[in-house]
Amino acid sequence: MASHLGGLSGAPVVRVESLVRSFGPRTILDGLSLDIEKGEFVALLGRSGSGKSTLLRALADLDDKVSGSGRLETPDKKSVVFQDARLLPWKRVLENVVLGLDLPEAAERGRVALDEVGLSGRENAWPVELSGGEQQRVALARSLVRDPELLLADEPFGALDALTRLRMHDLLRQLCARHQPAVLLVTHDVDEAVTLADRVLVLDNGAIAADIAIDIPTPRDHGDRRFGEIRSQLLRHLGVETKPVLPV
Amino acid sequence: MNAFSNTAAVAPAFPAASDERLLIPPAVEPRKTGTRRLALGRTIPFGALIGPALLLVIWSIGSIAGLIDPRTLPAPWSVVGTAIDLIAEGKLQHHLMTSAWRAAQGLVFGILIGTILALISGLSRLGEAIIDGPVQIKRAIPTLALIPLLMLWFGIGEGMKVTTIALAVLIPIYIQTHSSLRSIDSRYVELAQTLRMGYGEFIRQVILPGALPGFFLGLRFAVTYAWLSLVVVEQVNATSGIGYMIDLARNYGQTDIIIVGLVVYALLGLASDGIVRFFQERSLSWRRTLAD
Repeated sequence: MASHLGGLSGAPVVRVESLVRSFGPRTILDGLSLDIEKGEFVALLGRSGSGKSTLLRALADLDDKVSGSGRLETPDKKSVVFQDARLLPWKRVLENVVLGLDLPEAAERGRVALDEVGLSGRENAWPVELSGGEQQRVALARSLVRDPELLLADEPFGALDALTRLRMHDLLRQLCARHQPAVLLVTHDVDEAVTLADRVLVLDNGAIAADIAIDIPTPRDHGDRRFGEIRSQLLRHLGVETKPVLPV
Repeated sequence: MNAFSNTAAVAPAFPAASDERLLIPPAVEPRKTGTRRLALGRTIPFGALIGPALLLVIWSIGSIAGLIDPRTLPAPWSVVGTAIDLIAEGKLQHHLMTSAWRAAQGLVFGILIGTILALISGLSRLGEAIIDGPVQIKRAIPTLALIPLLMLWFGIGEGMKVTTIALAVLIPIYIQTHSSLRSIDSRYVELAQTLRMGYGEFIRQVILPGALPGFFLGLRFAVTYAWLSLVVVEQVNATSGIGYMIDLARNYGQTDIIIVGLVVYALLGLASDGIVRFFQERSLSWRRTLAD
């Protein structure tokens, strides 16, 4: 059984120690340790099958059917953004945002959150009437309306087109600057990780193979030389060899 | 709105631009053929009435031309005449009310019991272990085959009739609601977990709305089954009701009254299905399907 301790008011928001998770004979996470500071934006890269989602699901308490051991401390106030927007199709947009939010001012907070993601005026739309990007923005609003201390995002932009994805990056950066949650963003997009995160982790064979602080001031330019260096470094860790970038 | 007024304001400054737009033909002309539309296209107004109207026309022509023996099938107008007579005598209303009341009671009990059983069995393993088996056994026995037993238990009064209808109705309600409950996407269950919903709220916000499409499908079957059972129980042993009226007419060879009874059954069936569909569309307006 996965052991789990509730929220702890200390320095790191997330504390993972020697976390082991396995499916039958396959060990997915093998003694993984990780701390995430308050308000820190961490991106998690890894090849498919490297255990990225397993780690995220462990942090989200969604792995009660998985066997494992280790210490895991996460805050109570956390929310998850999935790859699909996962809106309930039978609830209107605003109802989806405030779903499960048991507060008298829920509707008002929901409206504010929708406004923040640029969807004010769409409160009464059905999810099916929104585009993929809009649906994912509703999902973001649904996460932020809960004022999370930890935001877990599992390839949230993976299903969006490139242009929408760039817009979502800007939006996510703004929202995180305002709300200051700690973020764990699982992604397979190296550029996305370097653009958004304070720290990028590479997961390999169930453990963290690289832990790189991104020391580029924001907003970050993909054409920046330092950006290119970090990208190559990360790709090497992911087992992809890149040719050195020739000076123009 | 906004975009439109912007263009209007800009247009006089760059007259060439708007002129040019008129001159250049669209790069891609809308194709008439080629791409095959797989959706159904526009709905035909009053399309549902075309088929029945055609049947009525054939029936009328057959009666005028003498191709149809009036003893086999009286002309439409003589059936209408009979119906008017029956209404004037107050017989039709009386029988109709009796039948409708029986069907309504059977439906209400059947829907309630079917829904409650589906919820218990759909939401707990123990409930399923206890309830699902007996309901499946009941499903394997045609309800109409139970009538002799029900007559021994409940006599030949209203109780037997309502029970028979309710037993027929609860099956489709149970089957469809249960399967709809069980096929709710596990991703929504995960979502509810991450949103820290309580069990009651999870049931109200996720499970019940998610099972509604199945419930309505079951309801449409249920209404049909209710009328079907009604016909049988009214002909088995009754002293009033549309089925009794038809059975009596058969004894006297009054084909026209039989037809009136059948038309009433048809209208009742159509009307009730229409009512169910009205509520179905209102409650499921969030869906986008092939029919839209």
